[in-house]
Amino acid sequence: MLAIAAVAMFSPVESLLAQQISGAGATFPAPLYQRWGVEYNKVNPAVQVNYQSVGSGAGVKNFMTGVVDFGASDAAMTDEEIGKVARGVVLIPATAGEIVFAYNLPGVKGLKLSREAMAGIYLGTVKKWNDPAIAKHNPDIKLPDMPVKVAYRSDGSGTTFVFTQHLAAISKQFDDEIGFDKSVTFPVGVGGKGNEGVTALVKQSPGTVGYVEYGYAVNNGLEMASLQNKAGNFVSPDLENGAATLANVQFPENLRVWPVDPEGATDYPIASFTWLLLYKKYDDAAKRDALKGFVNWALTDGQKFAPELGYIPLPAKVVEKAQAALATIQ
Amino acid sequence: MASPNESTLQVGRRLPDLFRILCWIAGAGVVLVLGWIIVEIAQSAWPAISKFGLEFLSNSAWVPNRERFGVFPFIIGTISSSAIAMLFAFPLGLAIAIFLSEDFLPLPVRQTVRFVVEMLAAIPSVVYGLWGIFVVIPIVKTIGDWTTERFGTVPIFEGPTYGNSLLTASLVLALMILPTLTAISRNALAAVPPALREGAYALGATRWEAILGVILPTAAPGVVAATILALGRAMGETMAVAMLIGNSSRPSWSIFAPSGTLAGLLANQFGEASGLQVNSLMYAALILVVITLGVNLVGEWVLRVTRRRTEGIR
Repeated sequence: MLAIAAVAMFSPVESLLAQQISGAGATFPAPLYQRWGVEYNKVNPAVQVNYQSVGSGAGVKNFMTGVVDFGASDAAMTDEEIGKVARGVVLIPATAGEIVFAYNLPGVKGLKLSREAMAGIYLGTVKKWNDPAIAKHNPDIKLPDMPVKVAYRSDGSGTTFVFTQHLAAISKQFDDEIGFDKSVTFPVGVGGKGNEGVTALVKQSPGTVGYVEYGYAVNNGLEMASLQNKAGNFVSPDLENGAATLANVQFPENLRVWPVDPEGATDYPIASFTWLLLYKKYDDAAKRDALKGFVNWALTDGQKFAPELGYIPLPAKVVEKAQAALATIQ
Repeated sequence: MASPNESTLQVGRRLPDLFRILCWIAGAGVVLVLGWIIVEIAQSAWPAISKFGLEFLSNSAWVPNRERFGVFPFIIGTISSSAIAMLFAFPLGLAIAIFLSEDFLPLPVRQTVRFVVEMLAAIPSVVYGLWGIFVVIPIVKTIGDWTTERFGTVPIFEGPTYGNSLLTASLVLALMILPTLTAISRNALAAVPPALREGAYALGATRWEAILGVILPTAAPGVVAATILALGRAMGETMAVAMLIGNSSRPSWSIFAPSGTLAGLLANQFGEASGLQVNSLMYAALILVVITLGVNLVGEWVLRVTRRRTEGIR
């Protein structure tokens, strides 16, 4: 009884004194990070994490100017950007996602897209759904004689970065004509703003194909194509196949790596990590410990929230590496 | 010797001075802020201006990853979407304004209609965007499929039809600028001196002769002002257009093809831009400012000309 009274008395005070941690960055993992903030606060009420989803680019900028305690970015940080941060940078892969080819073709389920077809669609060379490049690998499906309408992200985004990086890796023509970046110019199609914009484009118009994050496609009931990986197999975008991709990744020292064209037999071809950006040194020891506690929790217990929100939980091997990197923070 | 009367007079004299100073500060403040904005934009745009020069205006390539930037398609998109919107909104807006300023219907009904039209201005543009996605896009797609099948050889009706297209954005823009057009035109029509109207009737004019021959010409400067303001709003509209126009940087003649506007480009790409892309976006912003200022200047000029022309009947 006394204990309860004491807790009741002290909790408001405690919440006033709670260690505030602020972060900003990528929109793609924002639902998960915000969920982590809420869940961690239940486990450890002394820490309040506030994450603003402002976009990867803005996240890196905020992190570099030091207005946040941590940043978050789908494109990690470039060496040049890291060089400008006097306090040093530690990149922590926090979660991962898959990018899917979502399509809307009435009556067509289980579409398979070869590497040639994927690049061809976004190069504008595959113009009809019954084009031989698509039909060849879908002998069981009656494909309509319908124009392929292409949807892409009109805003700068990490999703586009990862997606175009993969297409540039598998098609020389794509690399030459379009290249890869957070925003590129496709020779065909229509642009939607944000994952939700592209999702709406696909959902509303039969004959449309677009690239979106796995979670958006699942939540909106969109059909997703199986994609051909480097081993030549057609792999569906389940979270297990995504996890297979991640488990096979070889990490460099700075943990910044993209499975651009993964080689495993069941690897889903377009998956990517997203990173938390932490400083190497924090002046405020209490804040540092709170932040390290939070990130450590997120890497372990926090991972169980990933699948329900459409993210791939980190494989144990990756968690180990991330924890080792976390331990180097002073 | 100063009497109490004189001293209150002095205070009375000093007060208008204070007021004048305040007005001066407010007036100059507006000009200063506008100048400051333009200078600030121009400064951030400078690296792109010095690199691309005027070619930026005529170049069609917007390729951030290759550092090639040109805004020709976006300038065309900005102008054509506003122009098409005006094509729909002007006749409709003017008709509503005439309808509301004449006594075709009892006053309470007219006031209700007026209130509803003006309410359109209070709807946030993101709501217009969402409404466009769920209502206008399916309609445009149906019309587009029908049209492209029959008249697909005409460049402006070329297929395939995309829901997010120039026409969709223009239709929603038309609705968004309707309250501006209607409200200001109605005020101008209502301000026509009753003597003129009665004079026209006295000379045996029918109602339509009075409207077309006397009332409209007299109210012309106000209608022009309404059109310019509406055009300015259409050109600068960002959110709804970015959601509906398809944000494509490929120039196309077809009204059923995706297009892009300068404001939409800024909204889409500013967040994740870096380096020369930021400078180029600022350059695009500067162009948008120049275009809208240009429209307002032309409007001002037209306003003066029409005012001079209609002086005789005032």
